[in-house]
Amino acid sequence: MSKQTKILLDPLFDNNPIALQVLGICSALAVTTKLETSIVMALAVIAVTALSNFFVSMLRNLIPSSIRIIVQLTIIASLVIVTDQILQAFVYDVSKQLSVFVGLIITNCIVMGRAEAFAMQNPPVDSLLDGIGNGLGYSVVLLLVGFFRELLGSGELLGYRVLPVVSHGGWYQPNGLMVLSPGAFFLIGFFIWALRTWKPDQVTED
Amino acid sequence: MLEHYLSLAVKAIFVENMALAFFLGMCSFLAVSKKVETALGLGAAVTFVLTITTPLNNLLYTYLLKEGALVWLNPAWANVDLGFIRFLAFIGSIAATVQIVEMALDRYVPKLYAALGVFLPLIAVNCAILGGSLFMVERDYTLGESTVFGFGSGFGFWLAIVALAAIREKMRYSNVPPQLRGLGITFIMTGLMAIAFMAFAGIQL
Repeated sequence: MSKQTKILLDPLFDNNPIALQVLGICSALAVTTKLETSIVMALAVIAVTALSNFFVSMLRNLIPSSIRIIVQLTIIASLVIVTDQILQAFVYDVSKQLSVFVGLIITNCIVMGRAEAFAMQNPPVDSLLDGIGNGLGYSVVLLLVGFFRELLGSGELLGYRVLPVVSHGGWYQPNGLMVLSPGAFFLIGFFIWALRTWKPDQVTED
Repeated sequence: MLEHYLSLAVKAIFVENMALAFFLGMCSFLAVSKKVETALGLGAAVTFVLTITTPLNNLLYTYLLKEGALVWLNPAWANVDLGFIRFLAFIGSIAATVQIVEMALDRYVPKLYAALGVFLPLIAVNCAILGGSLFMVERDYTLGESTVFGFGSGFGFWLAIVALAAIREKMRYSNVPPQLRGLGITFIMTGLMAIAFMAFAGIQL
């Protein structure tokens, strides 16, 4: 694998930001009650991570290290404002459902973490790829969790009925727990369990 | 009036717990909950900063950013709506507050400063802090309400992280399946704690 493909694909499973680096869980879970909001959130995070990495990397030689955090935060916050305005303009309903969590992309540790750990030392194109890769790694978890929560919690996917629920004369009894917060915690726990069974070298001690 | 505030505080601490119901501050919630002692420090710092920044950002929003908020400067600016820059304004004011609080504590209460240690600068990027301010805007809290809300959410976070750290300390003596060790089991435990906290739902004062 070439270096750049590796930068792009590594964060998907081998170095997943949520499952291994423990970054960006903050806003990840609250938006996954439905698949639709998960998709929009995933796209927003990919865009912000990629662009913030790109811009931070372009400016990396100009930023004095003592104030780098505040410079990075300003870049990220500006990108998030743009994203928020775009979401409000084109997908208003979803933007309302995401409520404060679009704004919270600013403090999403993935964005900050990658800017600090990768973009400050690497050229712009590599950083852009790293941003997209980490955004995708985040999206994988987000979409999986969103998929199962909507399917098991209400028997629907993207608003279409997939499992016939009892209240409509079907056989499936929706699991209300999935829609509430504990369901998300359990799903992520099981996802990490599955991932570490598949890739045993990611097992940690305590 | 007092009952209203009390009910708001109870709601922020138990029913709508920042960490367990809204998943805010999760990164540090999971990363800093290995020991009760550090968890206590982080929880104290979060509570402290949330209690200051939420009402501060409330003032900022009411008198500078909200639509028509600039009327007190010039009556012609009734249509100016700076609401969209609130992300930038809030994160700036939070970062500045954390810096000032840090310096003030270092100067006047060095004991507390030493106890909070590295957690103070770190929480500028804790989502619970920014989340508190954004919820305040979304729910239209007044100045008094946002102070109570800020304190309540911080205290709820404190409670949750100390409880989790205590469980994780005990967990060291349990035989957890290797693949589930660390993050996996912590998530499942947090899920169980979230269920426990859901029992508070429906409490009305």
